[in-house]
Amino acid sequence: METILISVLNGLVYGMLLFMLASGLTLIFSMMGVLNFAHASIYMLGAYLAFTVSRFVGFFPALIIAPILCGLIGAAIEIWGLRRVHHNGHIAELLFTFGLVFIIQRLVQMTWGMLPMAYRVPPSLDFPLFVLYGANFPAYRGFMLLVSAAMLLGTWLLLKKTRIGLIIQAALTHPHMVSSLGHNVPRVFTTVFAGGCLLAGLAGVIGGNYQTTEPGMAESMGPIVFVVVVFGGLGSLAGCFIASVVMGMIQTFAVVIDYSVADLLRPMGVMLTGDTLLTEVLTVPVARIGALLPFVMMVTILFFRPRGLMGTRDT
Amino acid sequence: MKSRWLILVLIVLAIALPWFFYDWGHHRHAGFLLSMLSQMGMMVILALSYNMLLGQAGLFSLCHATFFGIGGYAAIHLLNAAGTGDLPFPMEVMPLLAGLAGLALAILFGAMATKQRATAFAMITLGIGELMATAALMFHHFFGGEGGVTTNRMIENSLFGLTYSSGLQVYYLILAWTTLAAVLMYYLTLTPLGRMANATRDNFERAQFIGYDPRIVRFLQFALSGFFAGIGGGLYAITYEIVTFDALAAPLSANALLMAYIGGTTVFGGPILGAILITLLQSGVSLLSNSWLVYVGVMFIAMVIFAPTGLAGIVKAHGPIKHAGRMGSLLVPYLRLVIPSLGLLLGFIGLVELMSFLTIGAAQGKKLVLFGGSIDVNATLPWAISLGSFLLGGLWLRFEAAGFHRVWENLSAEVRR
Repeated sequence: METILISVLNGLVYGMLLFMLASGLTLIFSMMGVLNFAHASIYMLGAYLAFTVSRFVGFFPALIIAPILCGLIGAAIEIWGLRRVHHNGHIAELLFTFGLVFIIQRLVQMTWGMLPMAYRVPPSLDFPLFVLYGANFPAYRGFMLLVSAAMLLGTWLLLKKTRIGLIIQAALTHPHMVSSLGHNVPRVFTTVFAGGCLLAGLAGVIGGNYQTTEPGMAESMGPIVFVVVVFGGLGSLAGCFIASVVMGMIQTFAVVIDYSVADLLRPMGVMLTGDTLLTEVLTVPVARIGALLPFVMMVTILFFRPRGLMGTRDT
Repeated sequence: MKSRWLILVLIVLAIALPWFFYDWGHHRHAGFLLSMLSQMGMMVILALSYNMLLGQAGLFSLCHATFFGIGGYAAIHLLNAAGTGDLPFPMEVMPLLAGLAGLALAILFGAMATKQRATAFAMITLGIGELMATAALMFHHFFGGEGGVTTNRMIENSLFGLTYSSGLQVYYLILAWTTLAAVLMYYLTLTPLGRMANATRDNFERAQFIGYDPRIVRFLQFALSGFFAGIGGGLYAITYEIVTFDALAAPLSANALLMAYIGGTTVFGGPILGAILITLLQSGVSLLSNSWLVYVGVMFIAMVIFAPTGLAGIVKAHGPIKHAGRMGSLLVPYLRLVIPSLGLLLGFIGLVELMSFLTIGAAQGKKLVLFGGSIDVNATLPWAISLGSFLLGGLWLRFEAAGFHRVWENLSAEVRR
């Protein structure tokens, strides 16, 4: 029982972090048709920038400054990069963002080095929030939940209640119609791209000290975020939210389940002996398969339902 | 006609090159050169087979290394079986068997992935690539975990009585297979399948109208490219006698993409050029600099923005002008580009090296040696010179490039007339 409760909480924290990343990506993807491979790199950049900024002005100002810097970087990428390759088609755009991954990765290594950064939870948030069956729930995770909930609310209000939000929503489903109505769609694109990068940067700020701030963090996060976006479906923030939380739960629960297929078969009288490939496949515990699950999910959903969980159109 | 001569020269050069650097005093070959040439051979196969997808069928795949790697693992296990005498196959056909392993896996994954195209295809292949890379670390039986699987290539079963104890014999085996695979891939582009792959790339709806199923075309192309990648993987296994999960992980897939794209996806020979160039950079520049991947990355991005046809595409674009005998009038505009480009390049190299030295290099306790002299990283002067040269070169190049563009447009219009 206690494992389940703690895992639910942890899964929720991780899921919300994923949502912060994935929501920006899904907005960019559904609107511009560009799958931004560099999204997780912006997340990493957010964490590194937050580390550097927080050394000078403290964590809470960095919480605001670093995402804004990431947003500006995003705008620059859109204006000087993506827009130039746009007329060469989607593959060129994909290739462009793919190349960015390399460059950002190396730039980060060049600027901050190869070793993990000492980016820590601020002391004012470094205490146990409550104790659950003898296990501490750190206040920082509560803070993460708070930030991501605030961000969710903020994005929702922006999209539903403001004029720019209405235009963005319209451009999500009918980009050509929106431009026919006289809106400056390229500028909307830049705004959305910058906004998405801002959210990724924010996720980096609060995720950087939750996980570790090191040059490999983009590589480990990137594929998972794609899985979430694809799974949630294009043009649907709600689907994206559900997919993020589901993914967070799967990842945390898979770690704590120490059973394998062989354990399931044992009560049925099937005993596995020997050392063959089949026995190995059957005796691997779920905890180790956990890393595989997201990709199995992605391949399956793209195969059977390419529009994802709640998507409005095919990927 | 001319390109046939070029190919012949290339093959003769590849055969002769090890002997130019033969150490007559010690009666041995230059090991570094041989291993670099061998690596080039495999990478040529990898890049060419990748271009069957990206260039010829317009499919952006992110799991190409999966088939390369599976070919490698298959070859390792086959070699081990052959070494104990369980498998009566000679060494020379091992790459073919590895290719068949790649083909089998590509048929399996291709059936899933080629249902989609464009972005969804890229995503599904990303999933497959990550799936296989994760699985390789998980299942020790076939993949050997992080340590990989090792073998011994001296199985004493050869069609020509060779032992493959020396690097030269292995290199010639690689060269033979690379040539064979490249020729096959070239003739594949001339078959109806190759032509239909181009058609579905350019306009898949129209291809559908004519009565072809684009999915079948994509599937066949995908499966065959997996076959060739598997051959490359088999050669990898024979050369290094060890295959670890690096052979099927994402960085190698990315490498295949970089080689094919930088070389040029629109020309058949482009990826060959790219593979040779990137391997040279990899083994040459990586000895001198920690940050060679920055250069490759920037080169790639610059290519995507400014020259989407790649290096071979740039060369090809000169064709009509050369045909009209007007290459001479391009000489001066080209020369005018040289100085600003050099300024930009050197400034950029200076900045990258200084910056990376501050963090990575200093941690390794080395001294920064740049352009032949030792340089103090903390002084202002090298930074200022690099930055100045970078900015000045950039601005100047922008100005000159505009002029060059005008000349080029005029000349092209003239030639067309």
